[in-house]
Amino acid sequence: MELFAWMAWTTPVAVFFISVAVLLLGMTVWQIKSPTVARRGFLPLRTTRGDRLFLGLLSAAYINLAWTGLTDLSQWFGAGIALLWLLVVMRWG
Amino acid sequence: MKTYNNKAWLLVLPVVLCVAFSAIVPLMTVVNYSVQDILGPDQKVFVGTEWFKLVMRDPELHEALGRQILFSAAVLAIEIPLGILLALALPAQGWRSSLALVLLAMPLLIPQNVVGTIWQIYGRGDIGLAGAALNGLGLDYNYTGDSMDAWLTVLVMDIWHWTPLIALLAFAGLRAIPEAYYQAARIDGASRLAVFRFIQLPKLRGVLLIGLLLRFMDSFMIYTEPFVLTGGGPGNATTFLSQYLTQKAVGQFDLGPAAAFSLIYFLIILLACFVFYSLLQNAGPTEKAEH
Repeated sequence: MELFAWMAWTTPVAVFFISVAVLLLGMTVWQIKSPTVARRGFLPLRTTRGDRLFLGLLSAAYINLAWTGLTDLSQWFGAGIALLWLLVVMRWG
Repeated sequence: MKTYNNKAWLLVLPVVLCVAFSAIVPLMTVVNYSVQDILGPDQKVFVGTEWFKLVMRDPELHEALGRQILFSAAVLAIEIPLGILLALALPAQGWRSSLALVLLAMPLLIPQNVVGTIWQIYGRGDIGLAGAALNGLGLDYNYTGDSMDAWLTVLVMDIWHWTPLIALLAFAGLRAIPEAYYQAARIDGASRLAVFRFIQLPKLRGVLLIGLLLRFMDSFMIYTEPFVLTGGGPGNATTFLSQYLTQKAVGQFDLGPAAAFSLIYFLIILLACFVFYSLLQNAGPTEKAEH
């Protein structure tokens, strides 16, 4: 673990990156088992499953930032909204 | 059932490893820094989203972001059309073409700090060719004291440095258009403008996409040239995002806020690139970008 000490790891960040890795791995397995088909949902462009994940994660990051910048409420609410938004984009985007 | 050859994965593995070490590991470190107060190598305090809150409400950052957006917009609005015009004006073949290409590519070969130094001297009111000439014409030009002059000098410097890239890309794109298209246009009696609008521009979409992305990312991350030329001044007039970030990270050693700021910076670039890419991919109903 000394090797990674310079990276100043914290548990929440480790959990975050492990989640992203698991998500990517899961998406890869899903893609192999059942290849995605590009389709058009409420987003103004045709998207594949991977596109929707990228857009969902990116917009989730912006929601969290906006929450941090504009409100003094707990960040967990912002994170909750972002997660909900991610699920909506993945399902209907 | 279509079969795929998975050998390609092995071939891209070295690049994946390089990117992992040069980009992903540092990114992870930055994320770790952004949630901690780093007091020393072994003194760290977890602060949650505190730095993000601080950075998101920092008026100086908002100003730097505004300047940066304005600068990138100006760079793209001038360099892309100018590069296309240059490419159209270049001789198509022969020694004149080679000579023009070599001359055009020269600014691209100059290191960025040297470009800054060249323009620093070039713009000086006492000994610089441009500065002395402008003052000789009766204009009160002084890029070290006047914000607008500093801005224009940085902008013109960037245009001089990077328009050749767009011109070279557009030139390569133009050369790749088969002669048959032009023959068909001649048969139809198409005007020069119609040839450009309906043949050349759609065919250039692929290279322009690359050029637009490169120029956006580069201009959005510009650091060395304005740092050498104006040092971010006068005042903060030419302090763009990367210089503001450097001041925070290396000047003040505020590693936590600097890391939070870096991540926001990264997200802005990611979003802008996605928007550009999508717009250009979906711009034409019949012509798709050629990669």
